[in-house]
Amino acid sequence: MSEAAQSTFVYVTYIRTSAEKLWSALLMPEFTQQYWYNMRMVSDWKAGASWQLVFADGRIGDTGEVLEIDPPRRLVLRWQNEFRPEIKAEGPSQCTFELEPSGDITKLTITHSSPRPNSKLIVAVSGGWPMILANLKTLLETGKPMAAQKL
Amino acid sequence: MSEDDVFRALGDASRRTLLDRLHHRNGQTLNELCAGLDMTRQAVTKHLSILEHANLIAVQRQGREKLHFINPVPINDIAERWIEKFQRGHLRALSALRKALEEDDHE
Repeated sequence: MSEAAQSTFVYVTYIRTSAEKLWSALLMPEFTQQYWYNMRMVSDWKAGASWQLVFADGRIGDTGEVLEIDPPRRLVLRWQNEFRPEIKAEGPSQCTFELEPSGDITKLTITHSSPRPNSKLIVAVSGGWPMILANLKTLLETGKPMAAQKL
Repeated sequence: MSEDDVFRALGDASRRTLLDRLHHRNGQTLNELCAGLDMTRQAVTKHLSILEHANLIAVQRQGREKLHFINPVPINDIAERWIEKFQRGHLRALSALRKALEEDDHE
């Protein structure tokens, strides 16, 4: 497929932590709610399992299926937005997390793509991911989330 | 990649042009990025490697091709470190004012 026919964003950040700690921070609800707009990631984390991203008030933000899971290196999720009708209508996207440890630093690459050109989902997440990753980096490197007003 | 690398990488008009082109259309090959530019292929390759070293672009292999993606994470970090705390709202208003006035001048 030509890249023009789909929408893809790639985010790369380097975090001074182990791949194992970063993996837990990406998947465990008690971690995610500290850096991910108070949202909780919920799943059994097995290939084929469903997952949900749940708002603090219980509303479902996003859902999908675990397509591939290889802890603590690689996670591929089918990603369906649920809370914005115009984005939900686009159908599923795919999000890949890759963790590459190197010394005391772990490189995290997130690739989020939609088969649709000019996807609204990809534009919406492109604003969210950099801030979520900045919060995650601060949490893992200092043990504290960023100031509350950032979330 | 330190903050110095990011500022150094951004301190060059050709590299900013390459980032603008990726912002306009993400995931381009070297050939696509070279098209219509007044730069040799070698120069574009060198600029892309500096941008990659500064983590401003990410390169992914797709089949036989290498695609270049803009990575907004370091730019977000600069925004938080250097812009957010200086009251972005006021800066946005000033920048909108300047744009409006300059567009007037061009009419």
